[in-house]
Amino acid sequence: MTIKKILIANRGEIANRIIQTCKRLGIGTVAVYSEADEQMPYVTAADEAYLIGPPPAFQSYLKVDEIIKVALEAKVDAIHPGYGFISENSAFVDRCEKEGIIFIGPSSEVIKMMGSKIEARKRMKELDVPVVPGSVNALETIEEVLQNANSIGYPVMLKASAGGGGIGMELVYSDTELEKAFTSTKSRSEKFFGDSSIFIEKYIENPRHIEMQIAIDHCGNAVHLFERECSVQRRHQKVIEESPSPSIQPQQLEELKQAALKGAVGIGYRNIGTMEFIFDEQGNFYFLEMNTRLQVEHPVTEEITGIDLVEWQIEIANQHRLPSLQQSIKRQGHAMECRIYAEDPIRFYPSPGTINQLVWPNNVRIDTGIVNGTTITPFYDPMIAKIITKGSTREETVRKMKKALLETEIQGIKTNIPLLLEVLDNDQFQQGHYSTNLIKSMRENAIKQ
Amino acid sequence: MNIRSNMSGSLWKLVVKVGDQVEAGQEVAILESMKMEIPIVSEGSGVVEAILKNEGDFVQEDEVVVRLQA
Repeated sequence: MTIKKILIANRGEIANRIIQTCKRLGIGTVAVYSEADEQMPYVTAADEAYLIGPPPAFQSYLKVDEIIKVALEAKVDAIHPGYGFISENSAFVDRCEKEGIIFIGPSSEVIKMMGSKIEARKRMKELDVPVVPGSVNALETIEEVLQNANSIGYPVMLKASAGGGGIGMELVYSDTELEKAFTSTKSRSEKFFGDSSIFIEKYIENPRHIEMQIAIDHCGNAVHLFERECSVQRRHQKVIEESPSPSIQPQQLEELKQAALKGAVGIGYRNIGTMEFIFDEQGNFYFLEMNTRLQVEHPVTEEITGIDLVEWQIEIANQHRLPSLQQSIKRQGHAMECRIYAEDPIRFYPSPGTINQLVWPNNVRIDTGIVNGTTITPFYDPMIAKIITKGSTREETVRKMKKALLETEIQGIKTNIPLLLEVLDNDQFQQGHYSTNLIKSMRENAIKQ
Repeated sequence: MNIRSNMSGSLWKLVVKVGDQVEAGQEVAILESMKMEIPIVSEGSGVVEAILKNEGDFVQEDEVVVRLQA
């Protein structure tokens, strides 16, 4: 069958983004919204919109039954989950299948396997994809954690098996810190992900985070859509992404492409996905995790390849062949994305409030879900927009980004724009020699001065 | 003395109970706002006289969460 009507089980900028592609393809759209989002632009942009509950996500955007109920009532053919919320919830995918609704994404088995970081690591190891040294199974007791930490060697990272988005990770340097970190990571994992399983990984000093976008159809075609460098981070969350990576060597890139495709094909992946890797200072890379959904930073890939990734997701969900095969997928120029967060740029604390003045720059891509007068509530992620620039070189792309950020005006809330400008001006960033510690070291240097 | 919430969000965890001795700078509760944990810290010392919010409650900025007896 061909998908003619889609429910978007998400909100804000990504709901807007999916609606745009659907409109272009002539596909009907159904939005869902919580009481806090009634005035959001995506609600009016969709052909139909349904209220699904109170503001807290667990009472609305995470309510599988309510979303399925709306999907059946609106008679949609498919559900696009966006990112976050239920996008990596395998039980939701099972429900879709049971109700005869197409889930725009991979199978529930694959989501379940990759959703458990422990399982994902095991599977990649079996497929000969390098993984970060660490524990093989979930760790239940402090004794097990201590034993593993000492055999791996400090520093180590304690991680929630079901974690993501920078939540449920703790860096530990010694036995004395370990017990407290173990208790807090376990309780956070339970609270945020409903799963208290944790594991331990060797902490890689000054790492670089580079990921590979892949796409696989139901006919056995598998392609990569090049890499994205995502090493500018704060609180383990990405802030700036770019492609090509300014640091990766041609040989490393070839190896990364092979590893990403080997892993994704090996687990029977279908649809688009992202294989995330971490690079150490010696240039070795290790599998970190797989995101079985559209990524926040997908526009970077779209800008350099000219491919609409949401369209590809829909095409693959329709059981069609990939629109392009590897030999015809070309990369042109350089692209960069800056995430605009509603937060204090110094302490990184959230900054909810009402936007009373909003000016976007001209001639650059802005993916956003807000307009002047939008209230940023404390219920959801602080990301309010993404600015994407493209140039023929990295220097030109950075120059355009600086100009765009300087022309952006957001009043009524604090944003991270001052921090973004600081990063763009940083020598290490400009030279392309930076790790995930860049912002942290910038802060430390500022305090010293 | 009132210990107020420094921003709006859900009260994730109370780390004190009535009768506890609290020192200045001590964390008394943890708020969740925009998917981030924000500690609520006491500015003074005293004994916890009352806890005015339950875990899971939505708290407005500047709302009293804990009352201390100096």
